[in-house]
Amino acid sequence: METKLRVSSSPHIRSKDTVSNIMRDVVIALLPATLYGIYIFGMNAAFLVIASVAAAVATEAAIQKMKKQKVTVNDYSAVVTGLLVALNIPSTAPIWLPIIGSIFAIAIVKQVFGGLGHNFMNPALGARAMLMASWPVEMTNWVKPGADAISHPTPLGIIGEGLNVQLPSLADVLIGNVGGCIGETSAILLIAGGLYLMYRKVISYRIPAFYIGTVLVMTFLLNGFDLYMAVYNLFIGGLMLGAFFMATDYASSPINPKGQIVFAIGCGVLATIIRIYGGYPEGVSYSILLMNVAAPLIERYTQPRVFGGAK
Amino acid sequence: MNIKNFANGLFKENPVFVQLLGMCPTLAVTTSAINGLGMGMATTAVLTCANVAISILRKFIPDKIRIPAFIVVIASFVTIVGMLMEGYVPALFKALGLFIPLIVVNCVILARAEAFAFKNGVIDSLLDGLGMGLGFALALTILGSIRELLGAGSIFGISILGAAYKPALIMILPPGAFLALGLLLAGMNVAKAKKA
Repeated sequence: METKLRVSSSPHIRSKDTVSNIMRDVVIALLPATLYGIYIFGMNAAFLVIASVAAAVATEAAIQKMKKQKVTVNDYSAVVTGLLVALNIPSTAPIWLPIIGSIFAIAIVKQVFGGLGHNFMNPALGARAMLMASWPVEMTNWVKPGADAISHPTPLGIIGEGLNVQLPSLADVLIGNVGGCIGETSAILLIAGGLYLMYRKVISYRIPAFYIGTVLVMTFLLNGFDLYMAVYNLFIGGLMLGAFFMATDYASSPINPKGQIVFAIGCGVLATIIRIYGGYPEGVSYSILLMNVAAPLIERYTQPRVFGGAK
Repeated sequence: MNIKNFANGLFKENPVFVQLLGMCPTLAVTTSAINGLGMGMATTAVLTCANVAISILRKFIPDKIRIPAFIVVIASFVTIVGMLMEGYVPALFKALGLFIPLIVVNCVILARAEAFAFKNGVIDSLLDGLGMGLGFALALTILGSIRELLGAGSIFGISILGAAYKPALIMILPPGAFLALGLLLAGMNVAKAKKA
């Protein structure tokens, strides 16, 4: 009898969600795009993904050991970070590039600020910005899928730098048969993964929908009211990967519904402005990083009224 | 005269690693070991001369206008050092650029004038200025060496890591200064906490 009558403080109703369940869902959602990236870019992409994930997990374990904390590498959060780092680099990168990126993501961006849930920006994107600033050549060495190591610009590069190269068709960019980072090319598989996450209630529709919507509207307005190009712009570059998998990071995006909408619109505006007017052809990663830093402020101004509290 | 005044600035009260003063030149010019050392030496010269001059004049400077008076003394020495550097080490002068005149507003110098030279004798002020200056130079050289090693694969222009090393450009860009200094301070605090 005594064992059945448990006296405890709230919460009394528990959800079945755990960090590992949620992170495992993210890994599952990313797998199709990852496998497709390996399929079109070849074995080197596979090695990069494996090295990146291994480095992220090993760094997390080593730092938690060093800080004498419980080692929580089996909650998959380091796996997700490592995977996202790998998906954000070109398939031609040397093997040390994702390893350094993953170590930086986990050690500097995540663990120094207190570990899981305390990072102020998305670790994988922080690592991408660091790699981009450190090794710009290695980070922009794109190849055409399929054929062996033929250097080839990405669709965004063609538009951004006004190169005299035929743009790939809309069908190609949807499926992902274009140059780019390992995990960013296939818009359809990334959208499928994102919808799976929404179905599993891991992420809400707000950030991806408003982010992508803003980019569509902004590109349409700033790019001479060309609807085809505005739609085309959604499926190239890292927008789908960023909107579904990186802008929705729990720790670095707002939790209030209104705040999430402001956050997503900010991301969309910044990404489009960088794409059209900026020095880099792609602006998704910097737009999310900038809004990550603004997230606490957004949170503060969008706090909902407490139920029953004063107006 | 007290030799402690000299040693204080080197380690126990190192202006960069302990007092976190003079962050602007510390972060901005330490893109290489030689720049860090050059900046440190220029600051040491100004700091020592300013400390001595202010210590001599401390009975004549009215209390109410002491800060402007300090600035005038410091600015005079900065001008002298700047002209000497332009004459004898033009390459270094060019590399440090704007940060040479900016030594005037380096808070280490004003802090030592206010906290030490204005209250102590000439010899003590000289030792304090030398100690603090060399501590500053030491910190800037260490930081510059780390950043140059990782960001260019060399220290004082001598290649260390070889041609196969792909330098991490970020370390000689502004973010690298914050990363290197932050990690260095963290490491020092860990070492200190273990000792205590």
